[in-house]
Amino acid sequence: MSTAAPAVRLQAAQIARRETLRQLVRSKIFMSGAIIIAFWIFCAIFGYRIAPHDPLDQSFPQLVGPSATYFFGTDQLGRDVFSRVLAGARDILLIVPAATLLGIVGGTIVGLISGYFRGRVDDVASRIVDAVLALPLIVIAVTVLVALGHSTVTLIIVIGVVFTPIVSRTVRAAVLSERQLDYVAASQLSGERAPYVMFVEILPNVMGPIIVETTVRLGYAIFAVAGLTFLGFGVRPPSPDWALQIADNYTLLGAGTYSWTVLFPGLAIISLVVAVNLVADGLSRVLER
Amino acid sequence: MARFLLRRFGLALATLFVLSVLVFAASQLLPGDIGRNVLGPFASPQDVARLDHQLGVDRPVYIQYLDWVWKFIHGDLGMSLEYQVPVSSLLGPSLINSLKLAAVAFCLVVPLSIFGGVYAALRRGRLPDRVITLTGLSFTAIPEFISAIVLILIFGVLLNWLPVTAAFPADADFFTQVYYLLMPGMALVLVLFGYIARMARTGTIDALESDYTRTAYLKGLDTATVVRRHVLRNSLLPTIAVIATQMGYLIGGLVVIEKLFNYNGIGQRIYTAAVNKDFTMLQSGVLVIGLVYLTATLLADILYSLLNPRIRYAAAE
Repeated sequence: MSTAAPAVRLQAAQIARRETLRQLVRSKIFMSGAIIIAFWIFCAIFGYRIAPHDPLDQSFPQLVGPSATYFFGTDQLGRDVFSRVLAGARDILLIVPAATLLGIVGGTIVGLISGYFRGRVDDVASRIVDAVLALPLIVIAVTVLVALGHSTVTLIIVIGVVFTPIVSRTVRAAVLSERQLDYVAASQLSGERAPYVMFVEILPNVMGPIIVETTVRLGYAIFAVAGLTFLGFGVRPPSPDWALQIADNYTLLGAGTYSWTVLFPGLAIISLVVAVNLVADGLSRVLER
Repeated sequence: MARFLLRRFGLALATLFVLSVLVFAASQLLPGDIGRNVLGPFASPQDVARLDHQLGVDRPVYIQYLDWVWKFIHGDLGMSLEYQVPVSSLLGPSLINSLKLAAVAFCLVVPLSIFGGVYAALRRGRLPDRVITLTGLSFTAIPEFISAIVLILIFGVLLNWLPVTAAFPADADFFTQVYYLLMPGMALVLVLFGYIARMARTGTIDALESDYTRTAYLKGLDTATVVRRHVLRNSLLPTIAVIATQMGYLIGGLVVIEKLFNYNGIGQRIYTAAVNKDFTMLQSGVLVIGLVYLTATLLADILYSLLNPRIRYAAAE
């Protein structure tokens, strides 16, 4: 008896997971986003190899319009824009997931603790959350990056730390409604310690909101990293990063005729952002019914 | 009511305190000696020590913090390390410029997004709803400098309707200033539209599905009257709250937009202060931004409670 029950439950969980997956594969919204993201991940890994020209090579004619040789034209330093767009996926696709993961892990821990214990702990956490939210991410990031000197690791940590309180709000709200339920009381009464109740009992039941929050955060992280890079506080040259390409070439816009140098990297960022949002939308539809 | 406001005000002050500590702590992270940073590696140790003493950075940290807050309250934001003039003389005009730009964006986005959201809700599930919701959400996620560049390409270069810079001539009159601020304002609008329209849409749908709306229809009122008198009054309340929280983004967006359009606002100031490591300027600029945000949310909360009878009466009891 006592061994059969968990086995049955496990099987039920497996079936539910398989069903969720099946719904996701069927969702056009989710799949179209996933395919675009998969394409950019492929480019992030193999971009330098599949690019027709060396993305860092400056020996091509400068500011040539799109043609058969240079699909997206060349920029003002004589670099091939098409190759740079392919290779430019690497840095942002490294920084964004890392920063998001950090924020999600941190936010989940803080949210579980403040939602589970409530009271004084919760009050203090809420004040700090409010204070952090009173400043735009870009302003916080610029300040800290100047104080600590910038590196990719610092950039990831800053974005992750700023995301932590925001994620913790979502997790806290989910935990608050979850801890009213009988299974939490049952677990407490059977003498389980608080960390066990939080991480083993409650956490699996708030995974839905956490996954949706993850995809939403990914979108914001792209926004933040691209903005910071544009300002000169993100990815450093000579990386072919998309935002960096725009920052390098946007001053030419006044002249008006060299739009390809910013248009294609811009479209690349837009496609990635839209894809992440499609995935987020598809996931939330399947998980939050 | 008074108790509610007092409590809300207290919360804002507590948040401001935490914020000031965070900002101050961030500036303490600066590696090395401030005097050394200003004077460079070749200055004599005596000169560095003298400047440190002059700037007061050789005192204990908590004294420096209290001194900074005390002076900040009295409007003394310190001397800019870069320009050697009072920070307030630089931040003041920049803040006014930023408020102008924010005002233009605000006046564009609020009516547009409320109208868009309400319209989408009234056409729920049909084509206009899908178009408004989808484009709104897509633009929300696209970094503002990219949509700004697309705007520049279309309206500045291709059609040549609007100036590609926001730096209006010094003697520009009101309409010229608005003319110059239109395009940067539009770039901010694109990001904000999605959030506010979504909130207005959700609020309107909730109100449309409520019992009081059904009652209003059943007692024979026409759609226009029902929407105006019963639906909008309830649906716009949560929208106000969301508009206030977006103020924070609006200010952050200013940093990028002001740089892109070469506009001398507080965002541009913070950016240059960061690039030049002008820490007194950065510290005060960031705190000013926090202060503006907290004031905006406080005002929105007060407005919200004044408009919402449930809070007004609950607080009165």
